[in-house]
Amino acid sequence: MAKKVLPGTYFWQGNEACAEGAIMAGCRFFAGYPITPASEIAEHLALRLPQTGGIVVQMEDEMASLGAVIGASWTGAKAMTATSGPGFSLMQELMGYAFMTETPCVVVDVQRAGPSTGQATKCGQGDVMQTRWGTHGDYASIALSPNSVQEMFELTIRAFNLAETYRTPVVVLADEIVAHMREQIEVPSTDQITIVNRKKPKAVDKEFFALEEVAPMPSVGEGFNVAVTGSTHDETGRRFTADIIVHQKLVKSLVRKIQNNADKIVNYEDQNVDDCDIGVVSFGCTSRAVYEAVELAQEGGVKAGFIRLKTVWPFPEKAVRDMAQGCKAVIVPEMNLKEVFYEVERAVHGVAPVVPVNKVGGGEMITPEELAAEIVRSVK
Amino acid sequence: MSLAEASNIRKYLRPDLTLPFCVGCGCVTVLSSFLRAVQELGHKDLSKFVFCSGIGCSAWIPSPYLEADSLHTTHGRSIPVATGVKLLRPDLNVVVFGGDGDIAGIGLSHLVHAARRNLDIMVVMVNNMIYGMTGGQVAPTTPLWAKTTTTPYGSFEYPLDVTRVVVAAGANYAARWTTAHGEQLKEAMKKAIITKGFAFIEASSPCPTAFGRRAGFKDVAEMLLWFRENSVPLEQATKMTDKELTNKIVVGEYVSREIPTLTENLYKIVKEAKKSA
Repeated sequence: MAKKVLPGTYFWQGNEACAEGAIMAGCRFFAGYPITPASEIAEHLALRLPQTGGIVVQMEDEMASLGAVIGASWTGAKAMTATSGPGFSLMQELMGYAFMTETPCVVVDVQRAGPSTGQATKCGQGDVMQTRWGTHGDYASIALSPNSVQEMFELTIRAFNLAETYRTPVVVLADEIVAHMREQIEVPSTDQITIVNRKKPKAVDKEFFALEEVAPMPSVGEGFNVAVTGSTHDETGRRFTADIIVHQKLVKSLVRKIQNNADKIVNYEDQNVDDCDIGVVSFGCTSRAVYEAVELAQEGGVKAGFIRLKTVWPFPEKAVRDMAQGCKAVIVPEMNLKEVFYEVERAVHGVAPVVPVNKVGGGEMITPEELAAEIVRSVK
Repeated sequence: MSLAEASNIRKYLRPDLTLPFCVGCGCVTVLSSFLRAVQELGHKDLSKFVFCSGIGCSAWIPSPYLEADSLHTTHGRSIPVATGVKLLRPDLNVVVFGGDGDIAGIGLSHLVHAARRNLDIMVVMVNNMIYGMTGGQVAPTTPLWAKTTTTPYGSFEYPLDVTRVVVAAGANYAARWTTAHGEQLKEAMKKAIITKGFAFIEASSPCPTAFGRRAGFKDVAEMLLWFRENSVPLEQATKMTDKELTNKIVVGEYVSREIPTLTENLYKIVKEAKKSA
């Protein structure tokens, strides 16, 4: 196989598509720890990444994996790790460090049923809030939600681009179903794929953190003598362990750079949102049942529409609120016991009732029929 | 160290900062031993070095005081971060500074695995036998029966012989000295810097503030004297019983060998894989 996958049609597993997307995005380093249902990403990259001159190393645990990824990123390399819920929990310590030090990197979380070991081989969607509030302290996060093998490829590339643009860790919030299923995928030619690289400092620059705009990022070994720290620091990287102003300036900049650019980051798919009686908000594998459920409901005479989140964070509040105007109900199906539901409730702000549809365990999806029945019930 | 030497190594430090260490802290001796080694090896500056550290007093040795690139990471994770740096930039000297809590407590598995991989980095573990920054709690290296804030009746656990663990795991170089052995420490630093593969230095070091006063030392001088008198050369230790060696510091060079390193092995694979593509 060529260095980067050639344009064309392939029949891939979601995890393979994610790995090829990473190579397409320019990933040069992968460090990971085995975990179901994410291991195929490491396995595929272990074979493929060295062919491109890149490096794959299996570390001793998930903290070490994300730690190595962060170290690699500070050499200027695009770097990634992949895990599932339990491993993602262990990574939260280093997620905080990546947010605080503004280190671009990609973390793929292939969700399974939890908490704890839960059902290791079965699908779940219970890590939504972990991608938003997983580590302690103040920050804003980006999490992308693919619902197909095609999007495992595309959104992995986008995750690298967003990480490089905003100097932040970006999560690809996949799930077992999307990661393990195989389907047809179109790889476009490279001139149709956007690749973003981080902004580099000029030789005279001394400020690399907490700026109004996203700061340029030096690499180690370039002569900048950059001091990187997870402690509170000023623009030059100097540690300030007690100063109120320096701390506020830093953490507000971490939140601001995502919030102020939310319009550019937010991405979703929608249908019939301007004129629907029932609106459905979904993400990931569950959204695949929504397509059919909405069709079934429409065939039954119900005006149904949907928003499908491609970015879970930042959350597309305005789009959800706009759809809810004039709706008799907004339905939120998800394979957890209500996570996105509360976010939708917050966005809808009482304009319409929000109805949860939840199913957990056994890897069983919410079926189109179950969902269509709920749509019909809610319209009455 | 003469005044001339001191002014020579001053150039490796950022000019506008004052070192944060307590009076009598061994971190200063560890830092000066390292910088004298760098100086004697002919490095005019630290442009060929990257420093990684975790959390603890000794993690502040490089960050941000050295005029160099430094990554001050989370507690225990300096070695993983150093791994990422070294694998992508094998041309740079990657040096980790950390305490016994950071390196041999929360970060022990990373230490063992880096030694097992024979990762080409250098780790300096400043062993003050206590969690100093948090106020003097018992550490995995605290001597048996020593009083600490969390063992007010004396520590009832056995300390870990970290250097021996690193040797067993596969490091190319390992040595243990105390800050009462400044010259030996510096010479060991020189060897560690030029070692290919994993190099480990354990520097037993006084913490008068958080350890010494509860362990019953009157002052820093008395503590340093204890380090010297309580040290046993490696060769002599082989003739002593376990009981005689209780709470002794066995000093010397434990291993110096040339097993192929992680980056050598890894880049061989990458070269072959590129050809197969």
